[in-house]
This record gives sequence, structure tokens and C-alpha cells, in this order.
Amino acid sequence: MDPLLSGNVDLMTVVVVLLKVLVAFAGLLVAVMGMVWFERKALADMENRFGPNRAGPFGILQTLADGMKLSFKEDLLPEKADRFVFRLAPLLAVIPAFLTFAIVPLAGNFSNGNDGVVEILGHKTFMQVADPQMGILWMLAMSSIAVYGIVLAGWSSGSKYPLLGSVRASAQMVSYEAALGLSIATVLLIGGMLSTNQIVAGQYGLRWNLWMTGIVPFFIFIIAGTAELNRPPFDLVEAEQELVGGFHTEYSSMRFAMFFLAEFMNAVTMSAIIVTLFLGGPSGPTFGITGWISDYVLPFIYFFLKVLLFLYMFAFFRGTLPRFRYDQLMDLGWKFLIPLALGWFLLLATVRVAADQGWNLPLTVVVCLAVLAAGAGLLRAAIRNSEHAEAMAAGSVAKDASEVDV
Amino acid sequence: MSNPLSDLLRSYLAVGLFASLGFILVGLLLFLSWLVRPSRPQAQKYISYESGVDPVGDMWSQSQVRYYIFALLFVMFDVEAVFIFPWATRVELYGVFGLVEMLVFIGILLLGLVYAWRKGVLRWA
Repeated sequence: MDPLLSGNVDLMTVVVVLLKVLVAFAGLLVAVMGMVWFERKALADMENRFGPNRAGPFGILQTLADGMKLSFKEDLLPEKADRFVFRLAPLLAVIPAFLTFAIVPLAGNFSNGNDGVVEILGHKTFMQVADPQMGILWMLAMSSIAVYGIVLAGWSSGSKYPLLGSVRASAQMVSYEAALGLSIATVLLIGGMLSTNQIVAGQYGLRWNLWMTGIVPFFIFIIAGTAELNRPPFDLVEAEQELVGGFHTEYSSMRFAMFFLAEFMNAVTMSAIIVTLFLGGPSGPTFGITGWISDYVLPFIYFFLKVLLFLYMFAFFRGTLPRFRYDQLMDLGWKFLIPLALGWFLLLATVRVAADQGWNLPLTVVVCLAVLAAGAGLLRAAIRNSEHAEAMAAGSVAKDASEVDV
Repeated sequence: MSNPLSDLLRSYLAVGLFASLGFILVGLLLFLSWLVRPSRPQAQKYISYESGVDPVGDMWSQSQVRYYIFALLFVMFDVEAVFIFPWATRVELYGVFGLVEMLVFIGILLLGLVYAWRKGVLRWA
């Protein structure tokens, strides 16, 4: 828990908290505006065009200009819409996107096993808005609420395309949340801590969870996280070619801008969470420097660069990968990611217990892998039989149907 | 402790401030937009969008039950997370007993997934 709040809460404490909140808040907003611009520029580079280059130097104020333009647009409320839910949905999308960012450690000296405590106005504290005891579960909780934002937006519009977008969202986001949770569980196995501050502190000196968990959970998290964000190649919720605009077809003006704010804010936050969980957050070498440079400047630069890497990755996905079909999306989630995540989780847990009990580690790993392979084989065998039978049944049904048609 | 706030509540003090700042920003944006945006109502503007033609039929149309079944399956895996997370943070405490217990638990869970799979629920035909 944050040492700032372990003593008495007096006025100065509140001031320090408020200061941190304002810094994180402003940082997040600037990051979102930067992210929109960065993604458009990166996409433009990939597609051999200029991208935004009119508003401000290199078009960097483009997002601001877009936001201002949207605020001058007429706000329409479709006659078939559920008026209350229609107004509520943008808030449900954008507020959780803010709140997830609260648990991300932004700076602080984590080198050589330091716990990232910095001093602001004479108070010891962490450079993150909050460090609740349930830590990373906060992020899962918020991403669950974000599902409501999108599902209710589509449902309340009282229109067909948004409705299709929202039923897609309901199944998609929920499916990948399971895989997301399981890959977080492997990180907890290694660190034994829920608090994001302690997760970062446990990864000092390149002992990143990226390799401590064996890379697989990292990739599961990236794939599941991209699906959770509804970003390409998993953007079926707002697939323009099929659903016009998806869940936000009926939205206009500022409410429409809310959804875009939420989407890009989620992308920034998800990158920050990936960095926190797997890449050691703001930790990095401090070259023997002490004081404010090693407390704020260097860690923040490390954090920024790591986050930028994932922001570029999201832009890269959008620029290069074609959209998944819905059945492919579900197959990837349920038939590949979830069994893989479960298997990997059990493997790591067994290795962990084996190390604790002093068993022969290489032997344990070999036995585990053999058991997992056998399990996967059994699974395949069990599935193949049923799918074969079903394909036969489906074939005969189709034949019947075609006869009826004629 | 003489403090009126419990530990739990105090760690959420910052979250509360952060959330209220978020609400203020969103409210401010909506308010500013409300100040400057035009309002020229016309009956046609409020018709549901259907690619330019007049909308046909009921807007809350039926959708496939499969979406719902996936949501049900998710509940299975979400409840599982409730058991997995606390155990994952304290693996050493429960040792071999906990591991075997968890293997049995996840085994039963996987059995459920295999059952759904074999029943063809996961097939998107």
C-alpha cells in the first residue's frame, strides 16, 4: 500500500494526492492525443501517404482540431433509442478507461530492488495514482465495466447495425477476458503479489515477467488485450464494411467523441498495463545517478519508450493485418488461447511448487510437458470425433434444406 | 487506530479523486459542446440509420442464441478466476496439496469446455 496513506490523512496528504492525480490525468490526456496522431502518422507511413500535416507542426494538433469540430456538430438522439441508456453508455465507456490508468506506476526508482518510493513535498509516496490492495484485479474489473459501455451503446440505439455490433461485442470481449485473466494469473504466480507497485518492484534488473513466465503468457495477453480493446484485427464490433460504424453508428457530436476518446485511452492504458505486468514498468538502469533524475526522469523515459513500443505495435496491427471473421475470432479465443493459457498456468504452477519442494526441476518440467502434450492429444482426439460426426450431420441437413428450396 | 478512514477506503481516496476528475472532464466537454452546437430539428434526422433507405421492421431484432451461450461459458471461466487468483498469489502456502486440488479443479473445468466443444456449441455455423 502507498506509504503516503498509511499515516494520518491530513490536508498535505490530500494536496499530494491531488497533485499526482492532476499529473497523471493531464499525462493521460496528452498521451491519448499523441496516440491518435502517432497512429495516423504511422499508418500513413505504411500506406505511403502523408497523414495529418496541417494542424500545428507535423499535424500534431490534429486530434484537438477533430475534437473541436465534433463539439460543433448537432447532437442527435434517434427516436427509437432508449433515451436514458443512450446517454449513459458513452460515460460507461470513457470513465473505466480513465480509472484503469490509476494503478499504473509511472515513475519511481525501482533499480536494485528499490521499491519505487519517491518524496513529494516531504511525503513518501509511489508515482502512481493509487495502489489498491487488489491491484491488477482493478484493471480486470474496469475492463468488465467497459464491456457494458459498448454493449449498451449498441443496444440502446434502437437500430440494427449498432445492435449487431453490440451482440458481437458482448461475446467477443467476454471471451477474451477469460484468456486475459489466465495470463495475468501466471504473472501472479511469479510475483505472488496483486499490487502493481510490487509487481514492478519484483522485476528489477531485467528480471522481467516477459521471460520469467516463459513468453507464452505475454503473447496471450497481447492477443487477448487487442481483442479486448476491439482494435484491428479484432475490430468486428465496428467493422465498417459490414456494420457501417458498428455500435456507435447512431452517435454524433460529443458523445461520439467520447467513444473515440475511450478507445484510444484504452489503447494507451492497455500498453501501460502490458509494460507494468511483463516489461518491468518504469524500471531500468540508473547508471549510479541518484536524486530526482533517477526518481522521475529516467524511469519515466523508460516507461514512455516501452509504452511507445506497444502503441506502435497496435498501429502496426491496424496497418498490416486483415480483420478476423467472427468464427475465426471465437475459435482463436476458445479453442486455442484458453486451453493454452490454462495449460501454461498449470505448468508454471507445478514448476513453482517443485522448486519450493526441492524436486528435480528438469525432470518435473519434462514430465509436465509430457502430461500437457498427452492432454492436448486427448483433447484433439475427443474433439475430432465429434466434429467429424457433426460435419456429417450438418451436411445431410444442408442437403435436405436445398431439396426443400427446389 | 484513531483514523476515521479504514485502510481500504484510504487506498481508494486517490481513485475517487481520479474518477471525479474524469467525470468533471466529461461533463465539461458535454457542456461546452452543448453551448456551441446547433440544434435544427427535422423529423428525418431522428430515423434510425439504415444505409439511406427507410428502416424496415422492428429495430430490436432477434439475434443468434450462440452469443448468449458464449456468455454463459464465460461465467464458468470467470468463477474459476475467483479461485485461481488467490491461490496463484500463495502457491507455496498450500504446496502439493493445493497443486493437486487445483489440477482436479481445472481438470473438471476443462471437461466442461470439452463437453461444450463436443456438443458443437463452439462451432459457428
